[in-house]
Amino acid sequence: MLALRSIAAPVQRQTWRAAPRAAITLSIQNQRLYSSQERVAKFNGKQDAQGRYTVSLIEGDGIGPEIAVAVKDIFAAAKTPIAWEPINVDPILKDGKTAIPDAAIESIKKNKIALKGPLATPIGKGHVSLNLTLRRTFNLFANLRPCRSVAGYKTPYDDVDTVLIRENTEGEYSGIEHVVVDGVVQSIKLITREASERVLRFAFQHARSIGRKKVRVVHKATIMKMSDGLFLTVANQIAKEFPDIEFDAELLDNTCLKMTTDPIPYNDKVLVMPNLYGDILSDMCAGLIGGLGLTPSGNIGDECSIFEAVHGSAPDIAGKGLANPTALLLSSMMMLRHMDLNQYADRIEKAAFATLAEGKALTGDLGGKAKTNEFAAAIIEKL
Amino acid sequence: MLSRNSTRTAQRLLRAAAQPQQRLNVARGFASVGEAPTQSVQSDLFKPTKYGGKYTVTLIPGDGIGAEVAESVKTVFKADNVPITWEQIEMSGLREATPTGRTEEKFQEAVASLRRNKLGLKGILHTPISRSGHQSFNVALRQELDIYASISLIKNIPGLKTRHDNIDMCIIRENTEGEYSGLEHQSVPGVVESLKIITRAKSERIAKFAFSFALANNRKKVTCIHKANIMKLADGLFRGTFNRLAKDYPQLECNDMIVDNASMQCVGRPQQFDVMVMPNLYGGILSNIAAALVGGPGVVPGCNMGRDVAVFEPGCRHVGLDIKGKDQANPTALLLSGTMLLRHLGLDDHANRISNAVYDVIAQGKIRTPDMGGQATNQEFTRAILASMEKAL
Repeated sequence: MLALRSIAAPVQRQTWRAAPRAAITLSIQNQRLYSSQERVAKFNGKQDAQGRYTVSLIEGDGIGPEIAVAVKDIFAAAKTPIAWEPINVDPILKDGKTAIPDAAIESIKKNKIALKGPLATPIGKGHVSLNLTLRRTFNLFANLRPCRSVAGYKTPYDDVDTVLIRENTEGEYSGIEHVVVDGVVQSIKLITREASERVLRFAFQHARSIGRKKVRVVHKATIMKMSDGLFLTVANQIAKEFPDIEFDAELLDNTCLKMTTDPIPYNDKVLVMPNLYGDILSDMCAGLIGGLGLTPSGNIGDECSIFEAVHGSAPDIAGKGLANPTALLLSSMMMLRHMDLNQYADRIEKAAFATLAEGKALTGDLGGKAKTNEFAAAIIEKL
Repeated sequence: MLSRNSTRTAQRLLRAAAQPQQRLNVARGFASVGEAPTQSVQSDLFKPTKYGGKYTVTLIPGDGIGAEVAESVKTVFKADNVPITWEQIEMSGLREATPTGRTEEKFQEAVASLRRNKLGLKGILHTPISRSGHQSFNVALRQELDIYASISLIKNIPGLKTRHDNIDMCIIRENTEGEYSGLEHQSVPGVVESLKIITRAKSERIAKFAFSFALANNRKKVTCIHKANIMKLADGLFRGTFNRLAKDYPQLECNDMIVDNASMQCVGRPQQFDVMVMPNLYGGILSNIAAALVGGPGVVPGCNMGRDVAVFEPGCRHVGLDIKGKDQANPTALLLSGTMLLRHLGLDDHANRISNAVYDVIAQGKIRTPDMGGQATNQEFTRAILASMEKAL
């Protein structure tokens, strides 16, 4: 497939491929070309002598350590073949730029997978958020954000089960901005064929792997005819490689309107979109089911993937044992599925959702009185 | 049918004519802020075209359901003897509607008409996705006439049950720059850059507009929506300008919120919002999310204010091509936008009569269009409004 394509149009291909690489993607070393058969971002970590996978664990700030303990306990009780390797990602300044300590980078590169608690972003000039730094360092190109209603926590919306995939490396968040003259700022939204192709292919493959038959691109190509237009064009091309998946596109305005009116029709689809729209819509979906405390998130890259809780570090309740570990726990299940350890994920998920639905041992944010460890104990009991 | 009413109207018009400038000034007050202080007060006055006791208003029905709902508005306004003459311009963004390719000409005609009349009522024009297609006429119109502030009024309609209650917010959106600047280029094949422009002058203008609007409409809180944590320069400028100007309005509570958090809060706890002000794209996203909270694009009125021209259009901009010609459209959004236009002109009595009738019909709940959970057609709904107006006399 790959060979065939390059024979068919060698000249064209070389010219457009050579130029952008040299010009703008210098920092991205892990570019690959995929054929439709090859799975994007496949996990290929190695088991140790006991048959366990090592996972780098970034506990995070604030409530991070407490919820990490809860997850570790639950994993131990479920006998998952995971060994944790705690790492420290306190930022260091390298050549005047925020960077992650080398030991942490080595660990994640070796294990190819990490679980991460909330990190507090230092406020002030010159600090790039650590999340962004991690994303850039490991070239995590896709952000996977499923949102599923939690039985036992009532919101105005029931039975939500959406899956959003967001392009994570460019778009509005390219970070290219400049002041043209005083009082006039240009901010550049960058869309490239290469990055679009990669995230779109991942979206289709993910739809297949979770058994959804429809992929929908969300765009605003009526206004941004070239940039979102390119994303849409690439999507149409990729869709041809996946004849078993139904593909369509929807205008951003319509998606916002329809999802908020009634999210149920989106339960059988995977939505994929450029960076900013994905950021806004994934948080909006989290709002539908009750907030960031209940939503997992995965950052998928070619070499490594990082699964994380996207909520804040809640310094006000840190250390009191009141935190809700659900988001980190759900993220860790996504991680298990990414590692093809589905049976463990299913078991833990069942126990967790049953505990939430039962409503006896809920943490304060869900209207209960239980401590973090009581909530974890209730889940362990169900295992 | 409404003869008694027309004598009253005539009297009112006479009274209004005696002191029109003052009244208009009040109505216009919030729309004429943010300009250079050197401008004389006189030139700031809003002077719509008025011949023989009637205002001339440009009517652009737009695509999709536009023609049907515009017809409803005309019918209802006529029944109430509203002193407005419509100057209707049939422009369309659909290719098949203008096979001769005269879209550009029509666009110029619309611009000229709006410049002349200073007032417009407008449906939404279709924008094609294809790259060979034309730029959005909606955006072009706003840029050409510099109608910089878009207002969407998001409020629960009594009797129309949705998932959320007690919502009363107002989304003010910068209309002329930001992501909709239309500047895009392809550096090399496969690499596209799209420019988002934020300027201090326009950020100042929209922030001042929002503050003045909040004061004029007795609102307490203004929230600035941005993404300054990522777009530190562009949205940073917008947010910085807002915060700087907020100091001049100590009577208002001012805060800011990141756009992803705002959309999450919007579906979770929308009651916390009052007036919100934001750059162009976020406005599009949030007005859609918010519209869905109170019953969809069919019930959300809005307007676009410029220095010279005010164009009233539904607050949540959907063309509605899918239900075109099926007589299912909900004219509420355009009718309420029309009443905003009447209030803008100081014709409050007409506005109240019409909006009361609309709210009355919806509250009774017997005759509603499909988007409000009923089975009535647009025409039946319109007739019910007429009946309600007659009964109220």
